[in-house]
Amino acid sequence: MSVQLLTANHAAAMAAASAGRANRTARGFGSGVYPITPQTECIEYLSGLEIERGKVVLVESEHSAMAVCMGFSLGGARSFTASSSNGLAYMAENVYAASAYRLPIVMMAVNRTLGPPWNIWVDHGDTLMLRDMGWVQVYCEDNQEVHDMLLAAFRLGEDPRVLLPVMVCQDAFVLSHTLMSTDVAEQPAVDAFLPPLQLPHRLDTRARTVGGLDFPHEAEVHRRQLHETMGRLPLVWKEVQAAFVETFGRTLPDPVVGYRLEDADVAIVCMGTTAATARVVVDQLRAEGINAGSLRVVMMRPFPGEALREALAHVAKVAVVDRDLSPGIGGILWTELCGTTGHPMAQGYIVGIGGGDVRPEHLARVVADLRGRSTAGQPLIVEVA
Amino acid sequence: MSHEPLLDGMVGTKRDRTEPLLRAGNTNCGGCGMSVILQLLGRAAADHPLQLVIPACCGIVTAGPFPCSAYGAPVMAATFASAAAAATGLSWVAQLNDEKTRVCCFAGDGGTFDIGFATLSATAERNEDVLYICYDNEIYGNTGGQRSSATPLGASTTTTPTGKTVRKKDVLGIIAAHGVPYVATISLAHPEDAMRKLRYALNARGFRFLHVLAPCPTGWKSEPGDGIELVRLAVRSGLYPVYEVFDGDRAVVNVQSAQDDEALSRYFSLQGRFRRSQVDISSVRAEISRTWRRIAAWT
Repeated sequence: MSVQLLTANHAAAMAAASAGRANRTARGFGSGVYPITPQTECIEYLSGLEIERGKVVLVESEHSAMAVCMGFSLGGARSFTASSSNGLAYMAENVYAASAYRLPIVMMAVNRTLGPPWNIWVDHGDTLMLRDMGWVQVYCEDNQEVHDMLLAAFRLGEDPRVLLPVMVCQDAFVLSHTLMSTDVAEQPAVDAFLPPLQLPHRLDTRARTVGGLDFPHEAEVHRRQLHETMGRLPLVWKEVQAAFVETFGRTLPDPVVGYRLEDADVAIVCMGTTAATARVVVDQLRAEGINAGSLRVVMMRPFPGEALREALAHVAKVAVVDRDLSPGIGGILWTELCGTTGHPMAQGYIVGIGGGDVRPEHLARVVADLRGRSTAGQPLIVEVA
Repeated sequence: MSHEPLLDGMVGTKRDRTEPLLRAGNTNCGGCGMSVILQLLGRAAADHPLQLVIPACCGIVTAGPFPCSAYGAPVMAATFASAAAAATGLSWVAQLNDEKTRVCCFAGDGGTFDIGFATLSATAERNEDVLYICYDNEIYGNTGGQRSSATPLGASTTTTPTGKTVRKKDVLGIIAAHGVPYVATISLAHPEDAMRKLRYALNARGFRFLHVLAPCPTGWKSEPGDGIELVRLAVRSGLYPVYEVFDGDRAVVNVQSAQDDEALSRYFSLQGRFRRSQVDISSVRAEISRTWRRIAAWT
């Protein structure tokens, strides 16, 4: 193990490069990359790293970055890219195509507010816009997790029972540009953890068309297969977690991670770095005699509805804190939680969109509001500026 | 039904019939120029492992519904603007694994002149080891015949019913200006020249771009049997110069053009798409002269 002081962007690049090298005995590694703040440091760093049987292609747009990755992946190579915000919006057409082609591409996405008006700070609306694209989505809480999740993403996505692309999301600047001590995986360990990629449907010399026309019945079958694969994914994730701890001695989080939930009467549900702030607030509230808990949603796709329902079944009041806003309905996490758990009192709060700094006092205010309610109502936008 | 080889034995051989690049039963219209260039490409690539990357266009529709494929080669369907980028990935996998696979984009004018243009330019700029063939029917044929930036001046389309009022984009000149190893136009009426260029382009390394004027009887409102004759007239009149450019600075004209006005008026009169606008031959002639002066400066 080598512990280094790294930003999440650099930790991500190092994880991607070592995953790329690990496929040198198979068909290699390839990446199409394009800069966008706050992800740029990742692809800058990746471009300078030595990767045996690997190639980083410097393209002219995010749309092409994903297309290059699709070419690499369909050719049987391991593939990675990184993007953010408007880059993801521009890339979207090929994001959809990547999962439709069942290509296990891994993308590091730095969550940033969509513009215009232009804003480079954290907001989950960019990757949540892509939640229906057939990608696995995980949201990280610290730099170590970004590094580890990326390695795990290759193992998960490339599993023959899965064959799906995976998006590893992290908060702009809070993680992307913040230095943290990070255990960087050694190459032999990565080699052991990531078996050579065998893409069963790779484009070889056989005459056939990948991605041609689908009549309604075939289209329905293909979409159903994607959906059913998502359903199997939590079991595969358990195996990936076990292999990861065995190889690296560190644990990967479950799809939902609870904190002091066992006897909680109120709970904060959130994603990303807000979860760390939520734990501080839970401790403060507990010190005041309030039975508070928190729950972090790590995996947004497949959506862990069942796990959420079980974890929150005994909690009387739930504050769902979204760092995104879908105009016309509210927070996306909130709507999905309500739709899958049927929780009788889940109140939606929108906190820290457009990069607002979410501090403990804001989440304390959320819990105070929740405790004062007898029923849930319309989502509230909490000002944090 | 004769099974004698056609075009002096260049196409229609036993191999062409048993292992064609574009198989029988595909959905292309009769007289489609794209079908002809695929026949020639299949012949030229007989000794090459070929991978095709086809964006949205008639070329991917003709592949047919899943799990069928009308192509006798592996095909990756790319999104409309992505062919050259997707081919870049496939081409690098072949290079990283020391494979002889030739990766070939096969795209219409919409995916080349318009929506795929930035991607095409970037792939040329990086000089990727990709052969890009544009079959140019001067129209969005797949969507029913709308104008593209390849549509010539005066042509009626569903979105320019009285005729297009601006000139066609000179995509070959633009790609040549990237300084890539090889760009060329291909005339379907000159199959020997076409085969030579296809073979040269398949063997060359780096980015190669071939532009094919591909008659579209449906969009051009012409007789399916007139396609090759239309290309011959386009060449004879000077409207479609047959030339190649090496490394962006050395041009060779492969077929001398008579610059014949009679051929020009016959080219227009055989197609319904120019009827509405009543193309003025003298202004088209001025435009043709401009193109040839530009090519002359290169030779």
